[in-house]
Amino acid sequence: MSFEQLVFYAFAAIAAFAGLMVITVRNPVKAALWLVLAFVSTAAVWILAEAEFLGLVLILVYVGAVLVLFLFVVMMLDINLAEMKEGFTRYLPIGVLVSLVVFGLIYMVVGPEHFGLEQFKPTEHGPDYSNTKEIAVPLYTQHAYAFVLAAVLLLVGIVAAIALTLRRRPPSEALYQDIDAQVRVRAEDRLTMVKIPAEVEPDLPENKEEEEGAK
Amino acid sequence: MIALSDYLVFGAVLFMISMAGIFLNRKNLVLILMCVELLLLAVNTNLVAFSHYLNDVQGQIFVFFILTVAAAEAAIGLAILVLVFRHRRQINVDDLDELKG
Repeated sequence: MSFEQLVFYAFAAIAAFAGLMVITVRNPVKAALWLVLAFVSTAAVWILAEAEFLGLVLILVYVGAVLVLFLFVVMMLDINLAEMKEGFTRYLPIGVLVSLVVFGLIYMVVGPEHFGLEQFKPTEHGPDYSNTKEIAVPLYTQHAYAFVLAAVLLLVGIVAAIALTLRRRPPSEALYQDIDAQVRVRAEDRLTMVKIPAEVEPDLPENKEEEEGAK
Repeated sequence: MIALSDYLVFGAVLFMISMAGIFLNRKNLVLILMCVELLLLAVNTNLVAFSHYLNDVQGQIFVFFILTVAAAEAAIGLAILVLVFRHRRQINVDDLDELKG
């Protein structure tokens, strides 16, 4: 077994174990953390397949943004854990059975006899091969339209997520800053000039005494 | 040397695990969303492996777009989850039957 294979099997085993923990632990926060481990080790497997850019994107974007979003949401929700695990043992036999049957069927198709080393050889690339460049050139030329559409899709995602979760409470519960009103305000609305007739202070006896004492 | 079937079997194992996860945790909306993320990861692994062994970078570009769509899906799914929780104080899938005909 070569070193490359050893690394591959190690990361694949870690990812599979982390996936198993995701679906079996009681606490959803722990499940999200195991999911992070599964994604990171899968990113290592992708890098072994010479998809360096996608492996790094998976760690930076997926683990850094999406899974942290999962963690935030899971931590904010107050979930009744006992109720959530109801039916776990009830569906365990059928779940294991169905997934093993599906795995057997997939293995019959993609197993070593059809996709082994005899049929498919990995392509060897030189040391100056840049995976990022290889992806970037078709992405910005051939797939430029799809690239822009993906950007628009992300924008729609942002707008939808904010619009769904934004909550305006009545003014009795929370005070809001009305920026429009603040900008629109004019000096006349805030400042009133009042004409007051001038008054002359009558001469007080104490004042006179002080003035004389100063002299 | 790693064979293509190793990558494909790894993808199949991840797919199987996350599919079983949807079976087992069918009450918990958060875990179902996490399992969907894991399913997409398994499928992407297959695309990356084929892209490497067929020497065709189009598979990796496909993965790039799948990642984009999955990120948007996760954001909107979690927003809907927060709304459901705010509305019902729980995220039990069995209780979300208002659309039942």
